[in-house]
Amino acid sequence: MALRQKLLVLYAHSPDLNSATVAWSMYDGTGKEKHTTGDSEEPPYPSVVAAMLDGWRVIQFPQQHPAFPGMEYNTAYLKYEYILEQLEDVGA
Amino acid sequence: MPNKEDLLTTTQMAKFVADGLLRFDNVVPDELNRAALAQMEAGIERPRGGDPVQGMWQGTAIGDVVQLPQIQGIMASLVGTDPLYDHHAVHIVQPNREEGQIWHADAIIDLRTPFDIQFFYFPHDTPREMGGTMVLPGSHFRRISESDIARYQNFLGQQPMVCEAGTVMVAHHGIWHCAQPNLTDRTRYMFKLRLNPTVRQLRLWNTDDIDAPEVSSELNANHRWYGNEARLEIVNRIKLWRHLTGDEKYDLGYWLSRLENEPTAAALVA
Repeated sequence: MALRQKLLVLYAHSPDLNSATVAWSMYDGTGKEKHTTGDSEEPPYPSVVAAMLDGWRVIQFPQQHPAFPGMEYNTAYLKYEYILEQLEDVGA
Repeated sequence: MPNKEDLLTTTQMAKFVADGLLRFDNVVPDELNRAALAQMEAGIERPRGGDPVQGMWQGTAIGDVVQLPQIQGIMASLVGTDPLYDHHAVHIVQPNREEGQIWHADAIIDLRTPFDIQFFYFPHDTPREMGGTMVLPGSHFRRISESDIARYQNFLGQQPMVCEAGTVMVAHHGIWHCAQPNLTDRTRYMFKLRLNPTVRQLRLWNTDDIDAPEVSSELNANHRWYGNEARLEIVNRIKLWRHLTGDEKYDLGYWLSRLENEPTAAALVA
């Protein structure tokens, strides 16, 4: 048995795991799939919970910290980034 | 000085403020496209950054593209008639390249409200299987640094520049973008030109429609990838719109006005 990790990164509308996916990435450690920028127009799952229902395990939650003073309402990176994994047996 | 009809309208300017980009299909004629493509293949002389762009590449195809009345009108509307050349690049994507470029923004080291523009000129037909450049409307206000956004792959609302020869996009310097895979057996070319304003970017366009209802509609656009931050982006747009129009009271509904209502007066108590 040789387990390899597939990562799915979902960016949610809000910290609610049921909220809509607004951006997404996929990194495949099995080597079977290649994903790159702009390779899909619709998200693989409409929400984090929808991905969980399909067997994806959430392995990282976005932490919520108070903003630095003066930066409370700046926009920069997508804040609600959930990292999910699936482990796949690629054989011996 | 460009003709008034070649300047951008207020509605177009509002769309630029909301999206961070505007697209103009088929503005460069075919013969000039072919000559410009040949010049890109041969190499384009690199002028000195900070010199006036007007007069650069005179007598060449790229120089003629820059001097097209519509290009001059776009330039004048956004950065004035005499902007400075910042840099250019001929972007080449080799045939059968399956990997897209990572998402990035170009050289953002500038926290000021005045902005540079970048022209993206596509000299040949660019069908989806050839790319072209993927852009993310509404990303230009984000305070990120170049390739720090490289973990992202897809966004709701991302737009590939799929276009016919002679199409030009003009973008705010902060726009997020990436070259897309080229699955054809032909090399893909795109010419990018960055310009810096030398004048205050104040009502440089055709303002005949300054009060048109479409202006606020454009400024209110919600790009779906914003999620919970849509309101913050609306405020970013209001601030830039005030800078561009000189109207320090401009608002969309009651956003910044709310903050400008300073409750400092002492209440009269009977």
